[in-house]
Amino acid sequence: MKVEVLLFASYRDRAGVDSLALEVEDGATAGAVVDRVRENLGGGEALPPRVAIAVNERHASPGTILHDGDIVALIPPVSGG
Amino acid sequence: MSIPLVHVGPEPIDVMALQAAVRSDADGAVLLFTGLVRNHNEGRAVHHLEYQAYDAMAERELAAIVEEARSRWQVGRVGIHHRTGRLGIGDPSVAIAVASPHRAEAYEVSRYLIEELKRRVPVWKREGYADGSTEWVRGCLHEAAHDHG
Repeated sequence: MKVEVLLFASYRDRAGVDSLALEVEDGATAGAVVDRVRENLGGGEALPPRVAIAVNERHASPGTILHDGDIVALIPPVSGG
Repeated sequence: MSIPLVHVGPEPIDVMALQAAVRSDADGAVLLFTGLVRNHNEGRAVHHLEYQAYDAMAERELAAIVEEARSRWQVGRVGIHHRTGRLGIGDPSVAIAVASPHRAEAYEVSRYLIEELKRRVPVWKREGYADGSTEWVRGCLHEAAHDHG
């Protein structure tokens, strides 16, 4: 199944892209997507051990099960306001 | 009122319009908080800021924070606008307007909104310095698993 991965701020800068499409197996978790980014994208090794994740604009955990078409965002530590 | 109460976007913030948008005849107070770009941070001179947001999720989170506040305190309408893109010194980056029958609750809600925004809304700030270099400001790691659901 296909998911879209969104990157922001320092994660985006290091990877050199703001989004990418990933092919993952059925039942893959959000954490597995983070691991793929960690292993394959520029700056992946600089990701912190715990990466905050959102799935379809809602906070999620590494164990969150994904579905076809889901949008997975890797959320760096926030600094708004 | 025609302006949305919750908005994240690059347009300059119209703080007076936001204040007017929340007011109703039942309100004895309208409290406005404006966050501005200042010219220093942690001992460094700041030239400008750039804000990046996960716009859709940031608006969703801001709306959720507003609903949390309105369920805890008796207030009227609440508006919150966060600006994105490049901002200069003195520009408003965020405005929060709270209308309330009584002022005590307005102060509580205004404070709650800015503190929660800074803790968990997906917006990121990059500082720009006079020498042209930039740096993402170290942010707040949101404990997503703890707050999920």
